[in-house]
Amino acid sequence: MPFDFIGLANVVCSGLLTGAVYGLLALGLSVIFGVARVVNFAHGEITALAMYAAAILFASLGVDPFVAVAPLAAGFFIFGYLLHGAVIHRFVDRPEHAQFILLLAIAIVITNGLLIAFGPDARAVSLDYLLESVEVGPLLIDRGKLYAAAAALSAAAALFLFFRFTATGTAIRACADNLQGARIVGLDVKHLYALAFGLGAASASVAGCMLAVLAELTPGSGPAYTLLAFVIVIVGGLGSMTGALIGGALIGVAEALAGFYAAPSAKSMFSFALLIVVLLFRPRGLLGGKP
Amino acid sequence: MSGRAALALAGLGALLLLLPAFAGNYLLSVATLFLYFAFAGQAWNIMMGFAGQLSLGHALYLGAGAYAAAGLYFHFGIGPWAGLWLAAALCALLGAALGALAFRYGVAGVYFTLLTIACAEFARIGLDHFSWLGGSGGLFLKIAERGEIDLANLRGPPAMFYYVILLLAAAALALSARLLQSRAGYYWQAIREDEDAARALGIDTFRWKILAVTLSAALTGVAGVFSAFYYGNLFPEQIFGIHRSVEIILGPIIGGIGTLFGPIVGAALLTALAEGASEIVAALGWEAPGVKQMIYGIVLLAVIVFLPHGVWPALARRLRPGK
Repeated sequence: MPFDFIGLANVVCSGLLTGAVYGLLALGLSVIFGVARVVNFAHGEITALAMYAAAILFASLGVDPFVAVAPLAAGFFIFGYLLHGAVIHRFVDRPEHAQFILLLAIAIVITNGLLIAFGPDARAVSLDYLLESVEVGPLLIDRGKLYAAAAALSAAAALFLFFRFTATGTAIRACADNLQGARIVGLDVKHLYALAFGLGAASASVAGCMLAVLAELTPGSGPAYTLLAFVIVIVGGLGSMTGALIGGALIGVAEALAGFYAAPSAKSMFSFALLIVVLLFRPRGLLGGKP
Repeated sequence: MSGRAALALAGLGALLLLLPAFAGNYLLSVATLFLYFAFAGQAWNIMMGFAGQLSLGHALYLGAGAYAAAGLYFHFGIGPWAGLWLAAALCALLGAALGALAFRYGVAGVYFTLLTIACAEFARIGLDHFSWLGGSGGLFLKIAERGEIDLANLRGPPAMFYYVILLLAAAALALSARLLQSRAGYYWQAIREDEDAARALGIDTFRWKILAVTLSAALTGVAGVFSAFYYGNLFPEQIFGIHRSVEIILGPIIGGIGTLFGPIVGAALLTALAEGASEIVAALGWEAPGVKQMIYGIVLLAVIVFLPHGVWPALARRLRPGK
């Protein structure tokens, strides 16, 4: 049997589109770490919360997740901002492990809150047009995946532009580069950190809305997405925004290939193996410099 | 230790020793759970509490120990008392290897923590596909005749398991107390407080950190062996899952990281709270999965925000009004 190049191209393409959503998910984590210096062990749980919100809005009011994404992102931005301002901010000067445990506790509360509220059964958003596919040359592309990737990339681009060109974005980057200097020139560091955390949570929620379309969701999705986001961000380099997107694409394609050519459940094994190797040999990420 | 504290400890010990005489099966199972968390928590505390290395992947050793002993019993009929040593040795080796790699390559802080999670997850998925040990379908051990005590194969009534875990928890307490007063204990605490300063003083931090990981891993492996034979079944999802790692660390964090009695006090509080809450929820009629874990999360959140050093140091101050 000749090697099926078209099949391979389809798998890679599908992986790239999912990877764009993964990239946005990881981008949020990276922003939270790079700027607010918080290792967000509740990132996937925030994502799962957004997935549930999208799924519930769809099931009860029939709101398309692609419409719900904007208000949800705004809501999660406020949620993240308040969460940081109220609780997480107090942990900035505490030992690292105290911060990890705090976020772990938040993660446990979110996951089990979802479990108690919605039960352990899997949910999915089923829209008719999601199942259609678009033909591009020899490729068949899922419409849902295409839209999700486009939305994720737009959100990522908006985030880039915000950090690059607005005064607030520049101020946030200043805090990340030189905290003491930022304080000296009179920046409100607490506010800017909370903004960064809010933006990270908003990115997670946009990714969550898109994932609600792409994957089925259970309360257990939260921890799995936390780990996935860490794998991507570490592979791409913790704190690097481009690294997160490239890492997302890489993991998306790798998962799609592993799911297609090997056992579907083996795909995350590959991700973890990659994480272990990268942690040991390139702790700053594949794209990062030598430590 | 003051006379009063020794007396209190002796009283508590006597109560625990006599518990099966008057406790029903339910109370005994709760007490067993408490002692299991106390034991596993003390094992984790050696690595994090004493030496300051945060592992969120202790399920790796729990699972490796459990599967090693259960596999030997299942396939070769090798009893748990022999399997225990092999399991502990395997976990010690795993811990030493992970520690050696991580510390040699300078993986520290959050990177180290993520490495421990990644290794546990890797093992979980690996065991899912390892059909010799049951794969994702699970491994089941022969169930004992009710009431018949087969101590050699660790099959028997709940009271037998209770005494086994009581012995283990007490031994871990004695070991922890001994370690804290030993050269290793002082070196670990120096490393925990300031690793660079410790190295500047001439402490071989690499070696002592590895010792902490190895010891902690071996003890956690023993907890895994106990868990495998107590429950009689093993699933990779269950024993290698990250929720299992989190469960282990709750007790010491709530009780007080790095303290001698913290893991025990924390385990007691946690078990009492979770069981109490489950009872109340069941009585109210809105039983739902996740309630116990939700309680864990809220307690953890409250402790880490309001009592960052845990319950035990605050409690200990109250118990010694003179100081």
